[in-house]
Amino acid sequence: MSWLTELTSNPAITDRLPEAAVETLLMVGWSALLAALGGLPLGLWLRSSDPGGLRPHRAVNAVLSLVVNVGRSLPFIILAIALIPVTRWLTGSALGWQAAVVPLTVGAIPFYARLAEAAVREVPAGKVEAALLAGASRRQVLAGVLVRESLPGLVSGFTVTVVALVSYSAMAGAIGAGGLGFLAISYGYNRFQWDVMIVCVVLIVLLVQLLQTVGDLVARALDHR
Amino acid sequence: MVDDGIVLNALRKVYPLRSGEVMALDGIDLRVQRGAVHGIVGESGAGKSTLIRCVTGLERPTSGSVWVDGEEISAAGERDLRRARRRIGMVFQHVHLFDARTAADNVGYPLRIAKVPAARRRERVAELLELVGLQGRGDSYPAQLSGGQRQRVGIARALAADPSVLLCDEPTSALDAATTRQILRLIRDVRDRIGLTVLIITHEMSVVREVCDSVTLLDRGRVAEHGPLAEVAGRPGTRLARELIPLPPLPAGGAGAGVEVAFAGADTASVFRTIGGLGDGVEVAAGTVETLGGTQAGRLRLDVPADRRDEVLRALRDAGLHAEGGEAR
Ligand SMILES: Nc1ncnc2c1ncn2[C@@H]1O[C@H](COP(=O)(O)OP(=O)(O)OP(=O)(O)O)[C@@H](O)[C@H]1O
Ligand SMILES: [Mg+2]
Repeated sequence: MSWLTELTSNPAITDRLPEAAVETLLMVGWSALLAALGGLPLGLWLRSSDPGGLRPHRAVNAVLSLVVNVGRSLPFIILAIALIPVTRWLTGSALGWQAAVVPLTVGAIPFYARLAEAAVREVPAGKVEAALLAGASRRQVLAGVLVRESLPGLVSGFTVTVVALVSYSAMAGAIGAGGLGFLAISYGYNRFQWDVMIVCVVLIVLLVQLLQTVGDLVARALDHR
Repeated sequence: MVDDGIVLNALRKVYPLRSGEVMALDGIDLRVQRGAVHGIVGESGAGKSTLIRCVTGLERPTSGSVWVDGEEISAAGERDLRRARRRIGMVFQHVHLFDARTAADNVGYPLRIAKVPAARRRERVAELLELVGLQGRGDSYPAQLSGGQRQRVGIARALAADPSVLLCDEPTSALDAATTRQILRLIRDVRDRIGLTVLIITHEMSVVREVCDSVTLLDRGRVAEHGPLAEVAGRPGTRLARELIPLPPLPAGGAGAGVEVAFAGADTASVFRTIGGLGDGVEVAAGTVETLGGTQAGRLRLDVPADRRDEVLRALRDAGLHAEGGEAR
């Protein structure tokens, strides 16, 4: 068990690892929250504006769709670099986990918007009509029927988004965001401390497992079909 | 003109398609009086659903007008439409319950939208669930109910906000015969109790026979036949008469000419007396008698010696019956 003692006495692990783990959690947590707050309305707007939606509007739909597609097609690293001026302006720095939240959020919003749009699209038109015939306004249909009926799908999509954010956050680590990804690269790749890298990777895998399990449980609990 | 019930005036609905257009409704005039149960039948694609969607305001007519209880639905703005819809309940073929809500919350949904206070809402929901025979099942989610139970929740939801008009688009076509009968009885009961005006689309003639007071046959967007049940059934040779009162298959053999007799609202015994008095060689080859809209209506197929055909037809008509000569067999 000498490798274990060696591992637990390595300062990279004892000092840096807890800190990096917290950074990853903060980075992912904040960008996930902001992605949900931005992506859900965007997804609803995409769905409502398309033909057959609550308020069809060809031009609005085309523009939204284009913006979302551009946002999704940019590789994350390029997005992060391109956003550096915005990030500086918003957070005062281009480094650290706070700075990484900006590109992560910008990347995740269109990602989640598409997943939310797809989830909401699953709600049959008849349910919307039933609500309209009960005298519901558009807003009431949106919240009380479209979102509520597609909640399991919205949660599943959110889980997928959070997991994607975990992997992007590791990439953000490569350009100075801190977190487990940064630790893995700076020790494992730059200083050949493979054990540190492996520990980081294992933690990331565990985190993803945990997120997926919780996400599935919540989605199932919300699903009454 | 204050007119209760449903009134359609020269209603037209054209759907534009990439290649030309579809004339879904082509000049429909229809009046359904308050408290009446009116059936709409017709082949697939005849425009039945389009018609009902125009009544709800989900579909805007291309021209013509739609009135519900004296209010013009076809011209209502969004706000007026939302208010007017509280007076309209709708039952769908596929029910369209909200899967994420319990039966009670489904039924209470229109009340929530109408901002009825929670306590009053609970009372009313309990009342409605009892009306449709689902007391105690309020906490069940739609997925935990049978098809017939779901449809009953759908009817309770449609009735929640005390509508004066109930629209049903094939409410029973996904149900078995016994459940269908329950649902139809429920619709009739409710009509009797609160004087609801009911418009019911169906492709099953048995549904028309069982609940409707009057019926319209749509054919490619036009009214082909129309009238009170007993009356349309008494017009021999029409499609509705044939379908409302189907003749059993004719026995093989038989000689001479066929004569078809249709009657409605008449005393069946006197019809048979008339036929018995027609003399030699006239026999009933096949016949059906139904109770339609509270009166007796029937169709009979007579075997008549070929040389007495005209004479028999005259005698039947003199007795006040509809009679038509078929081809000789
Ligand atoms: N949204 C639409 N866009 C284009 N055409 C439509 C639309 N809705 C209906 N139609 C057309 O209008 C006609 C009437 O359709 P409708 O749904 O009213 O028929 P229906 O009598 O209800 O038929 P079914 O018994 O099959 O339900 C059909 O030719 C149909 O293709
Ligand atoms: Mg239809």
